[in-house]
Amino acid sequence: MRTAELAAVQNVTAAILMRCHSVRVLLELSPRIELPKTPTGIRGFDEITRGGLPKDRPTLVCGGPGSGKTLLALTFLVNGALQFDEPGVLLTFEENAEEMASDVASLGFDLRALIEAKQLAVDYVRVERGEIEETGEYDLEGLFVRLGFAIRSIGAKRVVLDTIESLFAGLKNDAILRSELRRLFGWLKQQGVTAVITGERGEGLLTRQGLEEYISDAVVLLDHRVHDQVSTRRLRVVKYRGSYHGTNEYPFLINADGISVLPVSSMALQHDAPLERVSSGVARLDEMLSGQGYYRGSTILVSGAAGTGKTSMGAHFLDAACRRGERCLYFLFEESPRQLLRNMRSIGIDLEPWVAAGLLQFHADRPSRYGLETHLASMHNVVADFKPIVTVIDPVTNLMTVGTSADVQAMLTRLIDHLKTENVTAMMASLTPGPQAGDRTDSTISSLMDTWIVLANEDIGNRHRRGMYVLKSRGMAHSNELHEFALTDHGLRVLNGSGEPHGPSHECLPEREASHAGV
Amino acid sequence: MPVFSGATARPASADQTYELRLYVAGQTPKSVLALANLRQICEEHLHGRYAIEVIDLMENPQLAQGDQILALPTLVRRLPEPIKKIIGDLSNTERVLVGLDLRVRA
Repeated sequence: MRTAELAAVQNVTAAILMRCHSVRVLLELSPRIELPKTPTGIRGFDEITRGGLPKDRPTLVCGGPGSGKTLLALTFLVNGALQFDEPGVLLTFEENAEEMASDVASLGFDLRALIEAKQLAVDYVRVERGEIEETGEYDLEGLFVRLGFAIRSIGAKRVVLDTIESLFAGLKNDAILRSELRRLFGWLKQQGVTAVITGERGEGLLTRQGLEEYISDAVVLLDHRVHDQVSTRRLRVVKYRGSYHGTNEYPFLINADGISVLPVSSMALQHDAPLERVSSGVARLDEMLSGQGYYRGSTILVSGAAGTGKTSMGAHFLDAACRRGERCLYFLFEESPRQLLRNMRSIGIDLEPWVAAGLLQFHADRPSRYGLETHLASMHNVVADFKPIVTVIDPVTNLMTVGTSADVQAMLTRLIDHLKTENVTAMMASLTPGPQAGDRTDSTISSLMDTWIVLANEDIGNRHRRGMYVLKSRGMAHSNELHEFALTDHGLRVLNGSGEPHGPSHECLPEREASHAGV
Repeated sequence: MPVFSGATARPASADQTYELRLYVAGQTPKSVLALANLRQICEEHLHGRYAIEVIDLMENPQLAQGDQILALPTLVRRLPEPIKKIIGDLSNTERVLVGLDLRVRA
């Protein structure tokens, strides 16, 4: 019976893998002629736009005050100069160059040095309505002359106009302005420069003056929302002519490293399904998982009430990974790293040497500190920086305090997608409020999990007993038995002889378990 | 802008000499018209106490930044201070005179 069952599982697995493979082939082979792109060098942004902004064309970046338009535009210029050897021109209507230089110095941008190195040219255009008398016909050729001169002076490949709509406040003749702006954007296309034009968000329009009417190649919308006193920045590519692009709203971050966009869920279900297995760090648990532990790159849920040993499971898993020399990242949402290290030492798991060796890194945050997207974005950045092989999120349920269950599910889907794409094996601890397994909170996230281990406590007589069982584990024949375990000075020990009458399917698979018992 | 900045150092004298700069870009109908209009206005209202300098930005594009030139043609009154700007082909004489402080705004 066992062999037959195994074979069936293997067949199903093979069929699934085949299907994944053919989907992938289709995606890769579909003919798509992509426009040439200019990379922004902004983490995540080039992924969702499949390479950056349309080369030699203007892109409109719009958003409300403080949404990060200017910063995004400046990052585009600075990265162009520093990473892609493409000098840039900043035509600013907002602040003067000095003010701007000091504003962005906090992000590590040294505009003065770039100007001196002829990698950047800044022209501050000041328009004050009171100073100017208008009489008769005019055009904005002076602006063209200035821009053209700045472009030629440093051989610019990139141009930023921030924010050209200010002209409407300075000049009275809207009709002339509009026709001149139309001419300007047309002219820009002939200059061999990739341009970013920023615009202030307007009522019912993307920009106050409807610039989107003139710039039709690509439009990016930035948004800054505060919900429950938690701020979240979002970015959306509204339009990108001639190119596939992610259409979702993507959270983005502005921090000391500048601007980064979370490219989550831009990927389809395309990640690999490796056959390699990794140990859970608990020999007997590996046995329960068809003798070899988890799949590499899979996502494991460990759920249980308070004090059932979830963190200990995580610590064992990390300890085993570090022993294999794998880099591990531990996201803590409840305890401080010090606390965790101390507590794990008390059950004989010393993680300190791994921290010292640089193999294990902690990332501790209060869930209430940011909104979900910001958490996700910051976790994403940490993963991208540290490049872990294994990661533990403990407890993932604490994030639910900052969002609805639908939001949390969406966020976890994105995070898991990303981790799978990077082939990171991830364990997530889930705190269930009651003693009964499979609580509602789990149901929101359990469908995303490949393996689900349930931990449960039970008081029988005057004895406190701990039990664990594998509720599901995709793609492998696993034990369905409830195993009793103890937390000892030498870690988590699965007790000999399952001996639990509460095992959900104890009667179904006696032969299989018998072969493992007593090992 | 270094090239033409000499005039600003001179204090405005009592006889109110007008130093005017007309920015243009090439010989466009608008620029030709603006210069003709300007000459006529100056002859009528500033006879003997004005100087006009025409700056062609096609030849000297670097000069546009200094006087914050955007629109063309732009007439800049350098002296007497404060600096005044009038944009357009100067076809409305009333407006030009108001812009040059030669007539009080109606």
